[in-house]
Amino acid sequence: MKYIDEYRDINVINALATEIQKVVKQPWNIMEICGGQTHSIMKYNLSEFLPRQINLIHGPGCPVCVTSLEKIDKALALSQMKDVILVSFGDILRVPGSESDLLLEKSRGADVRMVYSPLDAVRIALDNPHKKVVFFAIGFETTAPVNALSIVRAKKLHLNNYFILSSQVLVPPAIKMILELENSSIQGFLAPGHVCAITGYNEYVALAEKFKVPFVITGFEPADILKGLLTLVLRLEEGRFDVTNEYKRVVSKNGNSDALEMVNDVFELTGQEWRGIGIIPLSGLKVSERYSEFDAEKHFNLDGLNTRESGLCIAGKILQGTCKPTDCKAFGKECIPEHPLGAPMVSFEGACSAYYRYQ
Amino acid sequence: MKISCPVPLNKYDTVTLAHGGGGKLTDQLIHDLFIKELDNIWLNKTHDGAVLEMSGKVAFSTDSFVVNPLFFPGGNIGDLAVNGTVNDLVCCGAVPQYLSLGLIIEEGLRMDDLRKIILTIKEAARKANVKIVTGDTKVVEKGKGDKIFINTSGVGIIPEGIVISPERCTDGDVVIITGSIADHGIAILSSREGISFQSTIKSDTAPLNGIAEILFHITKDVHVLRDPTRGGVASALNEISRSSGYGILLDEKMIPVSDEVKGACEIMGFDPLYIANEGKLLIILPEVHAGNVLGEIRKHPLGKDAAVIGRVEGKSPGVKIKTLVGSTRIVDMISGEQLPRIC
Amino acid sequence: MCLAVPGIITSIFSDEGMKMAKVSFNGVIKDISIEWVADAKVGDYIIAHAGSALTILNTAEAEETLEIFRQITSK
Repeated sequence: MKYIDEYRDINVINALATEIQKVVKQPWNIMEICGGQTHSIMKYNLSEFLPRQINLIHGPGCPVCVTSLEKIDKALALSQMKDVILVSFGDILRVPGSESDLLLEKSRGADVRMVYSPLDAVRIALDNPHKKVVFFAIGFETTAPVNALSIVRAKKLHLNNYFILSSQVLVPPAIKMILELENSSIQGFLAPGHVCAITGYNEYVALAEKFKVPFVITGFEPADILKGLLTLVLRLEEGRFDVTNEYKRVVSKNGNSDALEMVNDVFELTGQEWRGIGIIPLSGLKVSERYSEFDAEKHFNLDGLNTRESGLCIAGKILQGTCKPTDCKAFGKECIPEHPLGAPMVSFEGACSAYYRYQ
Repeated sequence: MKISCPVPLNKYDTVTLAHGGGGKLTDQLIHDLFIKELDNIWLNKTHDGAVLEMSGKVAFSTDSFVVNPLFFPGGNIGDLAVNGTVNDLVCCGAVPQYLSLGLIIEEGLRMDDLRKIILTIKEAARKANVKIVTGDTKVVEKGKGDKIFINTSGVGIIPEGIVISPERCTDGDVVIITGSIADHGIAILSSREGISFQSTIKSDTAPLNGIAEILFHITKDVHVLRDPTRGGVASALNEISRSSGYGILLDEKMIPVSDEVKGACEIMGFDPLYIANEGKLLIILPEVHAGNVLGEIRKHPLGKDAAVIGRVEGKSPGVKIKTLVGSTRIVDMISGEQLPRIC
Repeated sequence: MCLAVPGIITSIFSDEGMKMAKVSFNGVIKDISIEWVADAKVGDYIIAHAGSALTILNTAEAEETLEIFRQITSK
């Protein structure tokens, strides 16, 4: 496929790996923020190409993994309601809530449907006027515009049966939280290319200056990741802390202003709980007042849910990069993909699932 | 005075509970549709069972089919019902001969759809050179089924000298796939609500006894045959590796995937190794035969993209793959169905 | 996060006021919203995520990246 295959060329990968070997002089702790980057690193086992001085730490960039337990429980409660069709992306269906997960509810008779796009959820609402359709809107900044568009579309079509349960999170506040941790060892970041396609990277410039840490924005193909690592190691070895865009074919400094305008119209900033981590101020998006009739949390009574996490799961520490999955007592025993205790074991590029499958 | 049922079968738009009740309507359904179309000496006897003359080692297999949607690009549930069991028998090393056909129909299924499915079964059986010799029909209340469930069981004779078993997989064997992977699973997805897309991808459902015949003509020293249905090539090979105790190493660049299937997998975030196939065969046999086998299978319409995709090596079970970029990673068993990713 | 894939626009249309395109991914066609890539035209590559186009792929930058790769490979 054009603009994909060229970035999976074995000769390019080998050449980039050789360059990295040449320039690295000392150990570096590098976090890749995005789940898509983790997925690529695992799928192509890129660690095989890296010198042992490079310690790759997987960050909290998987919206499935960081969706709060409370939101999952709300989605489950909604799915159990009569006349509700709960619609979501595929990867959230297996994430365990306090008692159950969406696939289990489906098997018990709940109307739970999977879609590729929130616009498909709007179509389901259009086709089922006597049902209430709730779209479980997870995602980072990449997905916020299309989640917003679904509400704009529903309004245009005069739908009164379309709602979203918003669990949208923002990357820069999470990076700030990680860098402010007492025991943070992260020295450089691979920044998420598709998030930056929407937001641009001005916020990352501010973070780089404040914390004196370099960022490199990368794409997701193996050559993109290795080129990103090469550039990041060069910066680290030189003691530079700036932001370099290594995904110029997709990312521009100011991002996509039209998309951002729609996001700012439909959503507003809110404090958001990140599963296993806790509340990070101003790190999430909720439906704004102007569009409150589409907010599932305003329309449905979702109080009184008994939310409790597994005592064994250390997902929070893994997502912050302070522990590896193998540090967890339950890893590979009580917690495996068939019966996960926490989200990073469910999602395909959750750190625990990746470790379990590929190592 | 005898009163006969005045309403002919073709006056019913849908299947009703009465069609499964054992009375006149059931009789009509069986005679006017099933026996009329599937017509053979065993069915025509309308006996409780079929009496068959068979001698030799008999392979016996059963499979049930619950696919949704019933009709998909490249075929329908009728194709799967015949080819699925035919191919299971092929994977035992047998020549498939006779099938049974059990139908559980949900009240309200359109009669036109049932007719289409039966005609498809008729044609699939003809292509696979098997006979449907016995059957059963039940009708359940609306809401207690999902339009139609089909079970087929089948028997066939295993010729002398052929011993197929996953335990025979051994060091030095190669792994051949008879064509491009993931076509069926992606064809099904292409028409599923919420994730549909336009493409020319069709299910690859097909009987594999023709390919098997070519194979055994060249050599009987075939160790394992498997049709990688649900769970795809990855799951099938993981099962074989576990049974035999040997490891399997795949070569990603050798695995045939059609352009459109590749495109669909990229958009959805799928790995084609885990997606169902309904007309492909995994053949594990000593490397010395691989060249001849490939050469002959590639002349068959169902085998033109056949390729060696891996080898068996090392007394330590597990499947690994040499990726496009030269590194090696584990190909694990998947738990549950692959779900489209956003992430 | 953010599985997003490049595809080529084969036609542009409107779905009740929403700007849409038929985008081909190696021959598989999906309807993708092009609401925020106003300049997109038939023949452009866009990056598609969850049914929407994030940006138009900058082919000049792509070529520049590939040229850098060529130089590194020939060292």
